[in-house]
Amino acid sequence: MRTAVRNTRTLRTPGGLSVRADVRVLAVVGALLLATAAASVVLIGTGDFPISFGDVLRTLAGNGTAGQDFIVNELRLPRVLVGLLVGASLGLGGALFQSVSRNPLGSPDVLGLSQGATSGALVVIVLLSGSAAQVTVGALIGGLVTGLAIYLLAWKQGVHGYRLVLVGIGVSAVVTAVNGYLLTKADLVDATRAVVWMTGSLDGRDWSQVWPLLALCAVLVPLVLANARGLRMMEMGDDVSNALGVRVERVRMLLMVAAVLLTAAATAAAGPVSFVALTAPQLARRLTRSPGPNLVPSLSMGAALLVTADWASQRAFGADQLPVGVVTGVLGGVYLLWLLVTERRAGRI
Amino acid sequence: MTPEPEDGSDLSVTPESDESDESDSKRSTVNRLSAENVTLAYDQRVIAEQLSVEIPDNSFTVIVGPNACGKSTLLRALSRMLRPSQGRVLLDGQVIQSMPAKKVARTLGLLPQSSIAPDGITVGDLVGRGRYPHQGILRQWSAEDERVVQESMARTGVAELADRYVDELSGGQRQRVWIAMALAQQTPLLLLDEPTTYLDIQHQIDVLDLCAELHEEQGRTLVAVLHDLNHAARYATHLIALKGGRVVAEGAPNDIVTAELVEEVFGLRCQIIDDPETGTPLVVPAARKARVTTTS
Repeated sequence: MRTAVRNTRTLRTPGGLSVRADVRVLAVVGALLLATAAASVVLIGTGDFPISFGDVLRTLAGNGTAGQDFIVNELRLPRVLVGLLVGASLGLGGALFQSVSRNPLGSPDVLGLSQGATSGALVVIVLLSGSAAQVTVGALIGGLVTGLAIYLLAWKQGVHGYRLVLVGIGVSAVVTAVNGYLLTKADLVDATRAVVWMTGSLDGRDWSQVWPLLALCAVLVPLVLANARGLRMMEMGDDVSNALGVRVERVRMLLMVAAVLLTAAATAAAGPVSFVALTAPQLARRLTRSPGPNLVPSLSMGAALLVTADWASQRAFGADQLPVGVVTGVLGGVYLLWLLVTERRAGRI
Repeated sequence: MTPEPEDGSDLSVTPESDESDESDSKRSTVNRLSAENVTLAYDQRVIAEQLSVEIPDNSFTVIVGPNACGKSTLLRALSRMLRPSQGRVLLDGQVIQSMPAKKVARTLGLLPQSSIAPDGITVGDLVGRGRYPHQGILRQWSAEDERVVQESMARTGVAELADRYVDELSGGQRQRVWIAMALAQQTPLLLLDEPTTYLDIQHQIDVLDLCAELHEEQGRTLVAVLHDLNHAARYATHLIALKGGRVVAEGAPNDIVTAELVEEVFGLRCQIIDDPETGTPLVVPAARKARVTTTS
């Protein structure tokens, strides 16, 4: 017989306001944010011109030399920020999808959203030979159209988890075939460019990619968190949450749109960085051991994963040699295997 | 016997509603929850047409009827899970769909047939979620919430299970936990959709006893869909017999449960005797031989 005593703290004001937090969840989020910040500073210092931890901090505060200032604030900081935002968006988007579909496999990678964004990018690269900015727009449109298609196909008096996953897998297969076709039509230069994009990379990201992503997150993250309590109730089924006064269809629609936007924007900025959306929520949940969608822990875990993976790829293979998507793919794949094996041992699958 | 609703007007379900072409505000002083001429359908499949039902305040109303008679559908409409394609469901004189969702959730609770306990949730956490309609983003967990959750768990006898995982409980315990969650909602009306399904006889009685206590001691209005006619006759203060989406009879079990009614509603020949324990009607199906000879 297992029991669990969750250590929760409640803060109450005489005016009747109250805020409740789980100590373990707070600790996990705090540790993840700290680790992410540290990894980011180390990552900024890593490269062909290594800069020490202290110098990076000093330069970020505006007290570095001109050379350091250029390397840190113009070259490496935007790249790290894009990585952080992409990781956070993927982590949050993945947690939303997994919670709405009530299925750990219901993540954007599996549902075909990333593949849809890839199609958009490939169309721009192969058929239109567009610029990097146009590729970003193409990927965004591709992701949104795919998200809409999945929603419409899975819609039958409301979207239900299992159908969503099955329809998503079908859409994913179709879109992957389209991507393959587009690649065969490409000449060598375009094909190389396309494949690098498809692996997911943070190379050459600058401030022009940071701002739109930051603005989107600034709008969507508070919106999503404001609806997190409703989402928590929805994990008990539509009937129970309806009975508790959650406007289930409205909350679900809103959160799905937010998740599609987050995923599409992240993919547009860095390419389909694989497995972050799938693994971040699962890892976060194992750390917090808390039921519920674990939105903030997943967001923090996504950012931590992506920055750490970027650092690992630069550390092991030299600057800009190995796209970050390869590392997250390897880490995520290994994690997924481990998960399947342990779940099997525990007799759950 | 109540007047036959089938040949009377649709509004003649209960004596009070005979003069019910009055304003809503006047109706609301009668009963808090009612369905007026509702047509209930899933997609194109019509389950009930022009169905009117009043739930008497402070009653333990039980809805019975054969499979597919529309009893669960009626309960879904009463709890605004299903929007009637025609007619309306009134709660305190207002059309239930037009009311704010949380306000309804503070007045009317529902224990549905299908509910999912999230992975790794404890009993205390699950019961605490029943407080959702009383909470807000800045009012997440008041002292009142804490007290009501403790009370609900004590009331349903699951207080000592508070730190256990829900997925490790037995079926009977789990049903008590879900009832505790519905209680934590603190609603004067509570609807239960087949609360005894999948439970063995001891736990069925256990859950029904609990319902009777909630009704008697706290004056709560309970509406339950039950399969077992004998359970219904024993526990209900008000019985609604449905067949083919129509109310065949309604009233106190002692007044309406007759051999004729059971035959009409369930197509079963039977004798009605007095329950030796409670004096309520007890349905004893006719022996197979008796039924074979009379029908052939």
